[in-house]
Amino acid sequence: MNKHHLNHLRELESESIYVIREVAAQFERPVLLFSGGKDSIVLTHLAKKAFYPAKLPFPLLHIDTGHNFQETLDYRDNLVKQLDARLIVGSVQQSIDEGKAVEEKGYNASRNVLQTITLLDTIEKYKFDAAMGGARRDEEKARAKERFFSHRDEFGQWDPKNQRPELWNIFNGKKNMGEHFRVFPISNWTEMDVWQYILLENIEMPSLYFTHQREVFCRDGVWLATAPFMKLKDNEKAEVKTIRCRTIGDITCTGVTLSTANTLEEIIDEIAATRVTERGGRADDKRSDAAMEDRKKEGYF
Amino acid sequence: MSFSNNGYLNMELLRFTTAGSVDDGKSTLIGRLLYDSKSIFEDQLEAVKRASIQKGNDYINLALLTDGLRSEREQGITIDVAYRYFATPKRKFIIADTPGHVQYTRNMVTGASTANAAIILIDARNGVTEQTHRHTFIATLLQIPHIIVCINKMDLMDYNQEVYESIKKSFTEFSEIIDIKDIRFIPISALKGDNVVDASENMPWYNEGTLMNVLETIPIDNDYDFENARFPVQYVIRPLTEEHHDFRGYAGRVAGGIFRRGDEITVLPSGLKSKIEAINLLDDEIEDAFPPMSVTITLKDEIDISRGDMIVKSDNLPEISQDIEITMCWMNQRPLRIGNKYNLMHTTKEVKCIVKEVLYKINVNTLEKITDNKEVGLNSIAKVVIKTTKPLIFDTYNKNRITGSLILIDEATNETVGVGMIG
Repeated sequence: MNKHHLNHLRELESESIYVIREVAAQFERPVLLFSGGKDSIVLTHLAKKAFYPAKLPFPLLHIDTGHNFQETLDYRDNLVKQLDARLIVGSVQQSIDEGKAVEEKGYNASRNVLQTITLLDTIEKYKFDAAMGGARRDEEKARAKERFFSHRDEFGQWDPKNQRPELWNIFNGKKNMGEHFRVFPISNWTEMDVWQYILLENIEMPSLYFTHQREVFCRDGVWLATAPFMKLKDNEKAEVKTIRCRTIGDITCTGVTLSTANTLEEIIDEIAATRVTERGGRADDKRSDAAMEDRKKEGYF
Repeated sequence: MSFSNNGYLNMELLRFTTAGSVDDGKSTLIGRLLYDSKSIFEDQLEAVKRASIQKGNDYINLALLTDGLRSEREQGITIDVAYRYFATPKRKFIIADTPGHVQYTRNMVTGASTANAAIILIDARNGVTEQTHRHTFIATLLQIPHIIVCINKMDLMDYNQEVYESIKKSFTEFSEIIDIKDIRFIPISALKGDNVVDASENMPWYNEGTLMNVLETIPIDNDYDFENARFPVQYVIRPLTEEHHDFRGYAGRVAGGIFRRGDEITVLPSGLKSKIEAINLLDDEIEDAFPPMSVTITLKDEIDISRGDMIVKSDNLPEISQDIEITMCWMNQRPLRIGNKYNLMHTTKEVKCIVKEVLYKINVNTLEKITDNKEVGLNSIAKVVIKTTKPLIFDTYNKNRITGSLILIDEATNETVGVGMIG
């Protein structure tokens, strides 16, 4: 390889930093959506690199479903302290209490869909004009067509058939009052890239990603963690297993993986060998073939 | 073998584009590349199988894997650019998968804008067609450095060498009128797998590598412009903290050339000169900054620089002008209006411009100039002259794809309506 050639991780890093800086330059009130998952952790790391030695020129926003793993909240608070960043929390519980959102009923009840209401409310309350997130195009087929700069109308909706063309590295963030953008700086990363980059940069990760013992139960072929708000059906039984999380979201829809991977290297090898996509364990995507596209149109992240 | 060892952390990234229509086997080809490189997962394959059965298809329809939007699946067509990812032990790949019909010229242009390589698919039964001309023209217009011509469906032509040679010859004749730097030909059968990932036993007369070999080994080290040092300033970093009280860093992505500490630089458009004090990313000091690196540059002197300015090496200056000739692809339903004001984005700079004149349009199928009809509508490609409110600092597109490209934005709707290549 020629001396003046970046490897794939550095090229992706450089592209993402360019996009993040472009957001800070083009928008007045950007925000970074932080979920506590690996993608938003990498995104935050890239943002730190983009503006160093200055602090992040935007706050982090966490949409808290109230159904989070405690480890996620601890990690979040610690990271915010290290970065000396500003954290804003949008609470789904509060949206429910205020009557803006209605809790789902039944065994598969999840607050995943309700997050959209809280997110759009928070965006409006703080007048954010660009919300950056860690979504990747390889995650899901509707996302494969999403732009880096994705325009949202005044209702927060996405119109997949009327997206702005995006060429070279020129990003058009122009909008009218009340509209906003979702921006996806790590669009071109795969799950493997994310883990390899975490290893390369030695980024500290929440313990949930590494193997541990946890009480879980199996539903429709997916292992889920038990929690006080999770109702078990008669044929389901809670048991302690050796697991790790491959993605981290709300407890109600985060499928866990039976795994003994204890280091970044072991996680990477496990992903290389696996034959199921990471969203294969996400109960929220299984609702229909176009589940993600439908949620995205409504303003889901 | 471990995916966390140095080799795997140190792969090259190749971006390529494929254009094609329903019948020419593009989806099958992509499906095979993904499947044979083990990039299709069980749950994805399951979903495609389920959907195929539901639609009453006799075979697993791999197109369902790539058509992401509900309307695309319903209509059985690709209408937008979709990005797909796969990796082999040698390289990581990003495919910009685009539809191939003439009404999707703008999508092909979009997919081509960031590609290192283009795969042009030719149906061996039909040979070089109007569609081949169009795809090749768009690829060369966007200056994709490497063109890979796959002559597909060789299984339907008894893997006959003469068929392959004759198509290769007619393509070469046609391509002489356009400027192609690097071109290769591969006879394949995407359906049967010949010469896609595994070498074909049916075509012993061909031994110049499978498509996957070519994708893995095509030299991409020199695809960027390493000659003309260009650094469009994207963002000025001023921490204003106790610790970094006087720090003033210029953040951006190197668009061309190689910058080093101590280099004599000129800031444009002001013309002020200074020297590079340091180039950093986080705590790391960078020896050579080259494209496409995102870095932060500090200068020896405190001079006034803001977003939209360009730092260049003093011994190699770009062009500066307000009257610029561009090749434009129109992306919007509402046609271009001469004399209308548009917002223009070029590198990190935003100005306004008017389109003064349409010199001619280009027929994307025959490459002929059209001078009797100058209406520039959706998917038109035309040579136009624009005038900007402030000077642009640029190179021609064939010199530098970053400093030579721009987009036009409608002032009323904010949509990206036109994209242009300078020169």
